[in-house]
Amino acid sequence: MSGSCQGKPSSLPEPPSHGQPLWLLAELTYKCPLQCPYCSNPKDFADFSEELTTQEWIKVFEEGRKLGAVQLGFSGGEPLVRQDLSVLIKAARDLGYYTNLITSGVGLSERKVAEFRDAGLDHIQVSFQASDETVNNMLAGSQKAFQQKLKMAREVKAQGYPMVLNFVTHRHNIDQIDRIIELCVELEADYVELATCQYYGWAFENRQQLMPTRAQLERAERITNEYRAKLAAAGNPIKLIFVTPDYYEERPKGCMNGWGQVFLTVTPDGQALPCHSARMLPIEFPNVREHTLDHIWNESFGFNHFRGYEWMKEPCLSCDEKEKDFGGCRCQAYMMTGDAHNTDPVCSKSPNHDMILQARAEAEAPATEPLLYRNERNSRVFCKG
Amino acid sequence: MTSLEMIPVLEKMFRFQWEEAQQSYVLLYPEGMVKLNGPAGEILSLVDGKRNLTQIIDLLMEKYPQAEGLNDDVLAFIDDAIKQHWIRG
Ligand SMILES: C[S@@+](CC[C@H](N)C(=O)[O-])C[C@H]1O[C@@H](n2cnc3c(N)ncnc32)[C@H](O)[C@@H]1O
Ligand code: SF4
Ligand code: SF4
Repeated sequence: MSGSCQGKPSSLPEPPSHGQPLWLLAELTYKCPLQCPYCSNPKDFADFSEELTTQEWIKVFEEGRKLGAVQLGFSGGEPLVRQDLSVLIKAARDLGYYTNLITSGVGLSERKVAEFRDAGLDHIQVSFQASDETVNNMLAGSQKAFQQKLKMAREVKAQGYPMVLNFVTHRHNIDQIDRIIELCVELEADYVELATCQYYGWAFENRQQLMPTRAQLERAERITNEYRAKLAAAGNPIKLIFVTPDYYEERPKGCMNGWGQVFLTVTPDGQALPCHSARMLPIEFPNVREHTLDHIWNESFGFNHFRGYEWMKEPCLSCDEKEKDFGGCRCQAYMMTGDAHNTDPVCSKSPNHDMILQARAEAEAPATEPLLYRNERNSRVFCKG
Repeated sequence: MTSLEMIPVLEKMFRFQWEEAQQSYVLLYPEGMVKLNGPAGEILSLVDGKRNLTQIIDLLMEKYPQAEGLNDDVLAFIDDAIKQHWIRG
C-alpha cells in the first residue's frame, strides 16, 4: 500500500499511493438560518466569508470530474442560501456527477424542488433535529423549522426524488429513536441515517451536553435492530443506517477510508481539505483559487502529509491493525492531545485513552451548562481576525 | 423463474452510466456507487424500459455471437438485479 516502503531503493521519496477523489463535497456557504448546537462546522466560521463565485465552483467541478470524482454533495452551512444553486446543479449534472443536495429543508419550496429537478438534481437529503416538534425547534433555534421540514420531505417524495432523512442523535433525542424511525417510515424515506453525533466543531464545544450514556446508546441500537427486522418482514425496502459513535468503541474508525484516499471537501472560501473537519489542523491546506485540484490532490503537502504510514508515532507505527484504521482520526487526535500525529484517543492502546473514558463518565452526569448555539454572534468569540 | 416476456425497468433510485475513470458501467445512488462487471454492464446498458428480455438477449447474441449460455446468464443476472432492487419487471 504505502508508496515509499516497497523495498525500492530511491533517493527521492515517492508520494504515498492514493486513489481517486470519488467523493467531492462542496460546502457552498457557512451561512445558515438554523443554529444546531451539534453542528460540525468550524467554530470560527464567521472568519471565512469570501465565498467562491459561481464560475470558481464550476471550475472546481470540472477539475474534480477529470480526477474521477462521481459523487458531488452540495452542503454547507445551508446550501439553499446560495442563489446560484440551480446553475451549480445543472453544471455538475452536465459533467456527469450524481448530485446530492444536503439540506435542513429551511429555504426550500415546492417551486425550488421542481426547479432543481429540471436542473438535474438526483437526490435530496433532509436533516431533522428530532421527531418531536418542540425538541426539534429547540435544537434548531427556530420555531418554524419542524413544520417546514415535514412539508418539504413530503414534497421531495411527491416529486419523485430518492430521499435520505438524516437525524443526528445525542442525549436529547436518542430515547425517541422509535418515534424517529416511525416518522421516517411515514415520510417514505429510502434511507435513514441515524447519525450518532460526532464531536467536531460546535459539537465538541457542547460535548458534555450532547453525549448519550452507554445505556441510551445500546437501547437505541437494539430498537433500531428490532425495527430493521420488522420492516424487512413487512417487505418495506427502507434502509436504516445506524452510525456507531466512536467514543464507545475500543478501536477508532478508519477515518475517511484513509487520509486523501477517496474524499475531497472544498470549503465556502475555497480551501481544499481531505475531510470536512481538517481545517482546524495546524497544516496549510491549498486553496482552489490558487491551485488546480489535480495539483491539490496529487502533489500538495496538505494531502500527502498523512497518506501512508511513515508519519505515524507509536503505538500505531508498529501496530498490526494500522491498515484497518490508519490510526484513527487526525482531527480527534489533534483536538484532544494537541498533536495530530498521535494515535486517536478512542483507541484503547492510546496513552491518552483516559480522555475518552472521562468523556464517558461525564455522559453519566446530568448536563450542567446550557447549549452553545451555532450562530454568527457566538462564532465571533472563536475568530482570530 | 423470470419470463422472457418481462420488460425490465431501472428502479428510480438508480442512475446508470459509463464511468471513464472506472473504465466500467456503474450504478449511482444517493452517496454511493456500484461498479458493474463487464457482462452486468452490457446487459443493463440494454435495459430501457421498452425491450423485453428476448429482445435484450437477441441484441447480445448479435454483439457476441461466440458467447454460450447467454439465456441462462441473462436470466440469472436479472433475478439477482431484482433482488438487489436495481430493476423491477
Ligand atoms: C453540516 S450539515 C450542512 C447541511 C444542512 N445545513 C443540514 O444540516 O442538513 C451536513 C450534514 O451533517 C450532519 N451533521 C451536522 N453536525 C454533525 C455532527 N456533529 N455529527 C454528525 N453529523 C452531523 C447534518 O445533520 C447534515 O446531515
Ligand atoms: S447542521 Fe444545523 S447549524 Fe449546521 S449547517 Fe446544518 S442546519 Fe445549519
Ligand atoms: S494503535 Fe493505532 S493502528 Fe493500532 S489499533 Fe490503535 S489506532 Fe489503530
